[in-house]
Amino acid sequence: MIEFESVNKWYDKYHALVDVTETVARGEVVVVCGPSGSGKSTLIRTINRLEPIQTGHIRVNGQDIHDKSIDLNAFRSGIGFVFQQFNLFPHLSALENCTLAPLHLRGLSARAAREKALSLLDRVGLAHKADAMPEALSGGQQQRVAIARALAMEPPLMLFDEPTSSLDPEMVGEVLLVMRDLAKDGMTMVCVTHEMGFAREVADRILFMDAGKVLERATPDDFFNRPQHPRAAQFLADIRTPFARAV
Amino acid sequence: MSGFLEVIDTYWLYFLVGQYPNGPLGGLALTLLLASCALVMAMPLGILLAFARISPWRVVRWPVSILVFVVRGTPLLMVVFWAYFFLPSVTGVKTNQFWTMLIALVIFDAAYLAEIIRAGIQGLPKGQMECARSLGFGYFRAMRLVVLPQAIRHMLPSLVNQFISTIKETSLGYIIGLAEVSFITSQINTQVMVYPAQIYLVLGLTYLLLCFGLSRFAYWLERRRGKKQAAIAARKEAI
Repeated sequence: MIEFESVNKWYDKYHALVDVTETVARGEVVVVCGPSGSGKSTLIRTINRLEPIQTGHIRVNGQDIHDKSIDLNAFRSGIGFVFQQFNLFPHLSALENCTLAPLHLRGLSARAAREKALSLLDRVGLAHKADAMPEALSGGQQQRVAIARALAMEPPLMLFDEPTSSLDPEMVGEVLLVMRDLAKDGMTMVCVTHEMGFAREVADRILFMDAGKVLERATPDDFFNRPQHPRAAQFLADIRTPFARAV
Repeated sequence: MSGFLEVIDTYWLYFLVGQYPNGPLGGLALTLLLASCALVMAMPLGILLAFARISPWRVVRWPVSILVFVVRGTPLLMVVFWAYFFLPSVTGVKTNQFWTMLIALVIFDAAYLAEIIRAGIQGLPKGQMECARSLGFGYFRAMRLVVLPQAIRHMLPSLVNQFISTIKETSLGYIIGLAEVSFITSQINTQVMVYPAQIYLVLGLTYLLLCFGLSRFAYWLERRRGKKQAAIAARKEAI
């Protein structure tokens, strides 16, 4: 469904993505992990062209996304993107956040958009908060609304960019549960996350990145139990025993 | 004092509407007309200039940036003189005082409004625009539906300040002989001679009333926003 072919990206002189060649199959759940600054977020943001690339090709459903003939807005509306900072629209209620795009981009009637939004809010367990403004919601609730908002466009592909990294620890679970249910329903997902429990349980495949390169691609079982690349082994050792190196 | 009441009795209509209906409209009515026209025309132009100021294209960004810097770096009086002496010689069209003053005010205020609007737009977290674009909205739709409604809420107090300035700036029409309320007042004073302090006090109070009304309105808007945020914070605490 997604193909990266020798993708390179620079921020000025900084080489952010180094020759990334990778594929994500339909229905697959891929977790991208690695240390901060390794290029995980940059990688996921190139998929819907939030970040431009300098060389290489990215194809989604066989279509080169940098092709001049592509309708960027229509293309983006087919990909759900969930941000670390939720980015709910603060001037709109939870429900209105979910109806905005279907109303204006899909031409849904107000009633149809509302019904669909309500069913999606119900799916993320927040039907009772439909009329709440974002400021009145907790972080976990905001992120769940953000997921419902992305789903409202019925995207066949969902991208998650560190969806739980700015949440209080107690709220991480509720968001991960929603994501796990999505995965179970067969959604194609690419998730940048530090939640190794989620990666282990839900991912079909794990990509480990460092310094802009994909160093390891493995099933969760192989990755956690038999990491091949020394950098991946070090990363796993560090997150398992955070104080080992400091002492 | 009874003499001054007589002055009011004689000149109040002249003060309000100038020579109208026997001559052109003037006085307070003209001031209000000029101020409202300036606001109504400067606002959309200000939005356009603001968009140009944040445009990714240098061709659009640079000329407008230069315009904004020039206007901000010159007194309104200069702009009025340019509009009065310079514009007709360039365009070949001799505009009357009202249009001259209106053009000067619109250019001057649009440049200031553009800066307020630009700051309002750029003050929002970048994620708002990114998120709207990710959903599939184009740039201008994302602006209209997501960015501007939030930005305008933040900009309101500054916008009202600029509107208040505009009301006061109309008094510079005096210098090119526009019969707005300051000009009319000075004429009344010339004819009456003996009550300059009282006459100009009335003029001052008139401006004060207009501007005070608007600034109270701005204050009220700010307070309402503050209260709303406090209520939200309280609700959050409760959760």
